[in-house]
Amino acid sequence: MAGQKVLLLVGATSDIGHAVAMRYAREDWRILLTARDPARAQRNADDLAARTGADVTMFSLDILALDTLATFVDALPVLPDTVVCVVGELGDQTRAQADPEHAGLVMATNYVGPSLLLGILAERFAQRGHGSIAGVSSVAGDRGRSSNYVYGSAKAGFSSFLSGLRNRLARSGVRVVTVKPGFVRTRMTRSMKLPPILTANPSEVAGAIYEATERATADIIYVRRIWRLVMAVICTIPEPVFKRLRL
Amino acid sequence: MRHPVRTLTGWARYPRAESRLVCAETPDRLPELIAGCTDYVARGNGRAYGDAAIGLYQTLAMRGLDRFRTFDPPSGLLTVEAGVLLADILSAFVPRGYFPAVVPGTQYVTVGGMIAADVHGKNHHRDGGMGNQIDSFVLLLPEGIAVRCSREAHPELFAATIGGMGLTGTIVEATLRLRPIESGWIRQSTIAAPDLAGLTAALDESADASYSVAWVDCLSRGAALGRGLVFLGEHASFADTAHLRSLSTKTKAGLAVPLDLPPKSLNRLSIGAFNTLYYNRGASRVGAPRYIPWNRYFFPLDGLRDWNRLYGRRGFVQHQCVIPAADSAAILPEILDRVARLGCASPLAVLKHLGTGNGLLSFPMKGYTLTLDLPATPTVFTVLDAIDRLVAISGGRLYLAKDSRQARETFEAGYSNLNKFRELRRSIGAESRLTSHLSARLGI
Repeated sequence: MAGQKVLLLVGATSDIGHAVAMRYAREDWRILLTARDPARAQRNADDLAARTGADVTMFSLDILALDTLATFVDALPVLPDTVVCVVGELGDQTRAQADPEHAGLVMATNYVGPSLLLGILAERFAQRGHGSIAGVSSVAGDRGRSSNYVYGSAKAGFSSFLSGLRNRLARSGVRVVTVKPGFVRTRMTRSMKLPPILTANPSEVAGAIYEATERATADIIYVRRIWRLVMAVICTIPEPVFKRLRL
Repeated sequence: MRHPVRTLTGWARYPRAESRLVCAETPDRLPELIAGCTDYVARGNGRAYGDAAIGLYQTLAMRGLDRFRTFDPPSGLLTVEAGVLLADILSAFVPRGYFPAVVPGTQYVTVGGMIAADVHGKNHHRDGGMGNQIDSFVLLLPEGIAVRCSREAHPELFAATIGGMGLTGTIVEATLRLRPIESGWIRQSTIAAPDLAGLTAALDESADASYSVAWVDCLSRGAALGRGLVFLGEHASFADTAHLRSLSTKTKAGLAVPLDLPPKSLNRLSIGAFNTLYYNRGASRVGAPRYIPWNRYFFPLDGLRDWNRLYGRRGFVQHQCVIPAADSAAILPEILDRVARLGCASPLAVLKHLGTGNGLLSFPMKGYTLTLDLPATPTVFTVLDAIDRLVAISGGRLYLAKDSRQARETFEAGYSNLNKFRELRRSIGAESRLTSHLSARLGI
């Protein structure tokens, strides 16, 4: 369809990614999906197409295979109008402390891969003169805490990368949005007890991303607004006090 | 893997039973999941009223299988996983101009649950039940083999599973037929009937209507016994609704019951006042048809979230019987009189026409079906036992999706294909593996 907008959703197997793609598909966007394991993500792709009638295409992409990222972007049938990257890996903090390989995987999956891919797309968007980029980072990146600092530091890196990119491209017509979802009800967190007021549904996250990215309502979004306050408080605690807290 | 023990109830919150909850997440992992299950049954959204979706030992939670698979616009054939909610189908397809051929009284049911109960809608007299709109489904037998069942392939499993209360296997996905609609609006006309004879006559005379349902005042007695309102509905055409927003019928979030009401909140006084107001309001609307959004016509109670809390913590029973047409003139007044004397039936009493059913254990049969909500108390149970005997004498039966208390004799008298169903369960190895509290209680 001529004039139809195109979304590239990176991380189609995730619940948040699926909700984001659904939100855009409902607005009549054409949807390009990527997954490391396309066969597994196909269930989500079928769901999108059957529910909305959207044109959905699946691509195989391993965000850790850094030398394939540029080729992947070149091979896309069309340069998308918007890219949303939801790739992430919570990992296991205790394991990461003892196992550099696991820590490296968490860092690469949350920071290196997503930043490099979005960086490549940002150059193409800037050349074209328009485009939107949304990266799902985390409130965990706002301040390193003992319980998840390997993950948190990678997300902090990603947030900083997005912040710099936004600053650089502010006058070029390219939007950059940093998303900090807080707790989200997904398969990954189903067995955890999460405080309801701090916990969003994937569809809520998707709605917030769509609003911020397509209606230019915000540059950095905390999906549940209360998180902005919670993290502001956590960030103002003086380090001599903070280091003694169990967080 | 250990599965947590949960106290489960049906929608009526009576009875309560413990069961180990096993959560299904993807269709491909389902066979290995059920390999470790014994005395289990699948549970959709927990909207069966009684004990049908509580496994005797394990309960297979199916809401994780919530993905749509394919849709073919020309034929209207939609394939979805069994844990998809009817509400999701409606929100995706009403705006696209399609409506399911059969919808029950709530949209918060899963497709698997609708098949297992062979649910009926307000058009059963004309279009049949859920079984009629199902093209095929994939059934995972207890031994772990998945078979696609339709009228052509494995017809005996197809017929046993429709209305089979999940006791023949686990429905994994299903293909159903949606119909084109021109708008999301229903053209509703109301008929007021001052007594039961008038009410059944009004239902009989409106057999041509696409949708029909009657509300009955279960407190009025004597000459006004069984007075009520008949609501007829047709899908409004595009031209009808040019002045309204055609397919878009978005509504507000709706009200919720915030807490369990105290036990005596629903009494003769409060219900009587409500019924009189409701009847008079309905009677004043007789005449010119009104246009109302599809969700308010089909699912009025969905507008009041958690309405099952109206009866408080002790829960309630929903009693739904069908009385064959031939005996209805004698039996229905007798039932209504006993209910009116009890004085505690909720305002949510419904009378409908039914056609014939599909499956071996399907509830519908040609006749009238009466649905009552009553508090779960010993007095109510005694009166219901007597009413059940009347139902059995008439050759009627009770709806298993609503049941939590009927006696085996009533059940066995009502379901003439029971032995065939039991025989099939034996032949597929379901008898010793698939057990719900309902099947254990009734000896299915």
